Amino acid sequence: MSHTIDVAYVAELARLELSAGEKATFQKQLETIVQYVEKIGELDLAGIEPTLHGQSLVNVFREDVVVPSMDRERFLANAPERNGFEFKLPKIVEDA
Amino acid sequence: MTKYLITIGLETHVQLKTNTKMFCGCSLKFGAEPNTNVCPVCLGYPGALPVMNREAVKFTVMSGLMLGCAINRHSTFDRKNYFYPDMSKDYQISQNTHPLCLGGGVTVQTPQGAKRVRINHIHLEEDAAKINHYARFSGVDFNRCGTPLMEIVSEPDLSSPDEAMAYLQALKQILVYAGVSECNLEEGNMRSDVNISVRPEGQEQLGTKVEIKNMNTFKGIYAALEYEIARQIGTVMRGGVIVQETRRWDPDLGETQSMRSKENAHDYRYFPEPDLVPVALDEALVAEWRAALPELPAARRERMVAEYGIPEYDAGVLADAKENADFFEAAARACAPGLGKTVSNWFMTEIMRLLSESGKTVHACALTPAALAELVTLVDRRVINGPTAKELLPELFRDGGMPEALVKARGLGQVSDAGALVAFVDQVLAENAKSVADYQAGKKAAAGFLVGQVMKLSKGKADPQLVGKLVAEKLAALG
Amino acid sequence: MDVSKITMVEAAEGLRTKAFSSVELTQAVLDAIEAKDGELNAYLSVDAAGALRQAGAADAARRSGQAGDLLGVPVAVKDLINVEGQPCTCASKMLEGYTSAYDATVSAKLRAAGAVFAGRTNMDEFAMGSSTEGSAFKVTRNPHDLTRVPGGSSGGSAAAVAGGEAIAALGTDTGGSIRQPASFCGCVGLKPSYGRVSRYGVTAYASSLDQVGPMTRTVEDAAVLLQALAGCDPRDGTTLNAPVPDYRAALRGGLKGLRIGLPKEYYIDGTDREVMACVRKAVDACAAAGAEIVEVSLPHTEYAIAVYYIVATAEASANLARFDGVRFGHRTAQPESVFALYAKSRAEGFGTEVKRRIILGTYVLSSGYYDAYYGRAQKVRTLVRRDYAEAFKQCDVMMTPVAPTPAYKIGEASDDPLKMYLGDIFTVPANLAGLCGISVPCGKTAAGLPVGLQVLGPAFGEGAILRAAYGVEQEVGA
Repeated sequence: MSHTIDVAYVAELARLELSAGEKATFQKQLETIVQYVEKIGELDLAGIEPTLHGQSLVNVFREDVVVPSMDRERFLANAPERNGFEFKLPKIVEDA
Repeated sequence: MTKYLITIGLETHVQLKTNTKMFCGCSLKFGAEPNTNVCPVCLGYPGALPVMNREAVKFTVMSGLMLGCAINRHSTFDRKNYFYPDMSKDYQISQNTHPLCLGGGVTVQTPQGAKRVRINHIHLEEDAAKINHYARFSGVDFNRCGTPLMEIVSEPDLSSPDEAMAYLQALKQILVYAGVSECNLEEGNMRSDVNISVRPEGQEQLGTKVEIKNMNTFKGIYAALEYEIARQIGTVMRGGVIVQETRRWDPDLGETQSMRSKENAHDYRYFPEPDLVPVALDEALVAEWRAALPELPAARRERMVAEYGIPEYDAGVLADAKENADFFEAAARACAPGLGKTVSNWFMTEIMRLLSESGKTVHACALTPAALAELVTLVDRRVINGPTAKELLPELFRDGGMPEALVKARGLGQVSDAGALVAFVDQVLAENAKSVADYQAGKKAAAGFLVGQVMKLSKGKADPQLVGKLVAEKLAALG
Repeated sequence: MDVSKITMVEAAEGLRTKAFSSVELTQAVLDAIEAKDGELNAYLSVDAAGALRQAGAADAARRSGQAGDLLGVPVAVKDLINVEGQPCTCASKMLEGYTSAYDATVSAKLRAAGAVFAGRTNMDEFAMGSSTEGSAFKVTRNPHDLTRVPGGSSGGSAAAVAGGEAIAALGTDTGGSIRQPASFCGCVGLKPSYGRVSRYGVTAYASSLDQVGPMTRTVEDAAVLLQALAGCDPRDGTTLNAPVPDYRAALRGGLKGLRIGLPKEYYIDGTDREVMACVRKAVDACAAAGAEIVEVSLPHTEYAIAVYYIVATAEASANLARFDGVRFGHRTAQPESVFALYAKSRAEGFGTEVKRRIILGTYVLSSGYYDAYYGRAQKVRTLVRRDYAEAFKQCDVMMTPVAPTPAYKIGEASDDPLKMYLGDIFTVPANLAGLCGISVPCGKTAAGLPVGLQVLGPAFGEGAILRAAYGVEQEVGA
């Protein structure tokens, strides 16, 4: 299975602005890497369950009890821009 | 004239009435100052990890049981990846492959009769933050981010805006009954997205589906559906093509608009959430939660009719809101048997009027079921008369307290001593000779006037039945 | 006071017997950093005043009767573990200027035990790399040869410990990032079983693979530090609710009767001759001490790197999405739209390796490709786990090289990312299978470069690998 990766499209999905040079370099490198990882296609995986977690735990819950919140200044202090007590953003045109 | 068939499906997001958020212990108290109910987890800080709220899982399973769903014994969570400022992690933890509940449905009443609207599935996820838009910038408040959100996805079984409304009302009633959500639309507890397509009658294949978002009230959903149906039919009739897209309802302009933003084309890249282990629900646990379910509204109505001897109509009105039914039953049970209809009358006339005027729910007013029961009992035992009771009720509604104490303190007890009343009757007859004459001339209504005068003389305290009897006796004796 | 060789155990003993105070000890470490870090570049930041304050508090606590293995002992922390009030750059421009708003659970545990936060160590950006050259800020050097890399991604921690600038340090391991730098620098590095130590507050790279672990001068120190870190955490739903055994007691089990498996797929041509010689010498010493050597097979080893670079990058692509310039971290100047805010902030904040892995991870999850890559990889992961489960029926621990080579030259590992990825071949499988593993020094090359021996154990088998590693340390000792 050899195909070209649409790096520009993937970069857009990942919200990464790449220069033309970066796109070209990544294109080559990623295709080499992807070609390598495709070796897993050799294996017969019929009937094999995927491993989705690090260990086989189930039913880990927390109780519905309020934990008092920390002072919001602690978080707002890290905000790149703030508007009073909100995190400030450039104007958003549409509500999704 | 071609008739068009309409196909509607609803995705309803319901905020669950837990104390804390889905994945962290932040409070969900409504109306808090911006960004005060936040922590590293719901803010998506580096290193933060989600831990599942057991109550939210329980509420979702309960909702599924109330809606006739099958409960998935092995349920998992997935990351839904997309970038938006209201997403603190830029992925939402949701359920894609193994949701908690499958199937189920709701029966709604249509003019054509009862209709079963099927549910595809119910899953659990986390709500996003609130973005506030200002003139030149936007601001994000993460208080809401992480609220447990139950998404109920219907099959496209609805065929009109009226049916959609009926479905939503039925859903709301059941969920409020289950105690899992307030379903308060003003507070954003219940939001729906709509999928709708049209096709000419006779065509098997469904038309192109359009999704509509941003309807925050039932009225808005209805209006949006009406508009969109007209738009789609109009387009098709003109030979145009419906574009598969997401449109936004604009309540000010009263129209749906195409959303041209890049957010339209989403590749969510779902994959299993590695930080949350699966939920394995065994029979015993589901049975335990099933046992904790309240009655469905329909079952409750039937039982109230049988238990309290009230008409179906009354039961329907009372059961419409669970808190009203709860109040009624508590009051009725505190009265002697046989007074069910009386209590119901009081509730449906006087109390509902007071609720409507004050804008309060019956939980929030000061009147208690015990107080209502006592009032009804005082009238039944003829300690006070009806009008007196009616006067006392608004005060009890507003200030609380028990009626018997008030009656004693103010001497409001009904005068039932015939001896005392006879004097009043004689006085009224003597002072109203014209009315007596009218009565004797055949105007029977004059008797009522005379009774009213006696009531006035007694400052409203006379037993009206006894007064009526005495007046009738005296008039008869006069010939 | 010379802290270049003192162990945690010795330091604790010295504090207990009042040979020195924590303030003196901490000052000595700070002096060592001052003297050496200009050359080693192991540290990204040091809060000297804060550390001395903590040391003073520890001394006061000791005077009022408090005790403990970590009380007053300085520990360095890899710069992706949150310590409240300290920076947490993850060696990235994306988090320059960010201040941790909360303690990671491991940090809180150290704090409660009275440890002193000695400083924050350099790493590959967001833990993605095997040489620490991926740091956005500085290049850490191997103390044994300043022209060579210390390994990565926990290269700063390894260099500090081995280079005399830290008595002990915390690292993290996702595909070998504790074990490999420990091997390259000649110190001990332990990756606990997945779920043994809390990940809460540790900036996530790959959620189903990451673990925090000790990097120390001796195996006993690793046991002591692991003891303080291990345990179930209600804030991390992937930690196991199982009791923590006495790791120090496990050390002295001895090598006699221990069944040591040698997976044949790890003993292959292509591994540096000197590395293999050191490893074999260690294995032979164990045999001589009475251990039983068994050949085992892990047939799916050759697929492990492929699985890792699919699963880890996929999870990472989602974990790093939160770095968007909205709530913290770097924001681009004057973005014209929200899209630009994201795309430019992330382009400016992330380095090349991070971007590469995000793109790879996004790609393997994207529509149409999930089944072929992520879906398949998670199934092959099951096969890798099964290989180990089967093999551990025949042995108690396994011994292997840590890396195919000793430390290579700074700048050598290139422009060929795939070549660098393939260097993880011996360490990655343990992360995929959730096992525990430790690297213990077992010799040096002729050029004086350290070589580590990897001891692998089954999940929650830290006692066994500590016992084996301790035995090796006693027999061979670097």
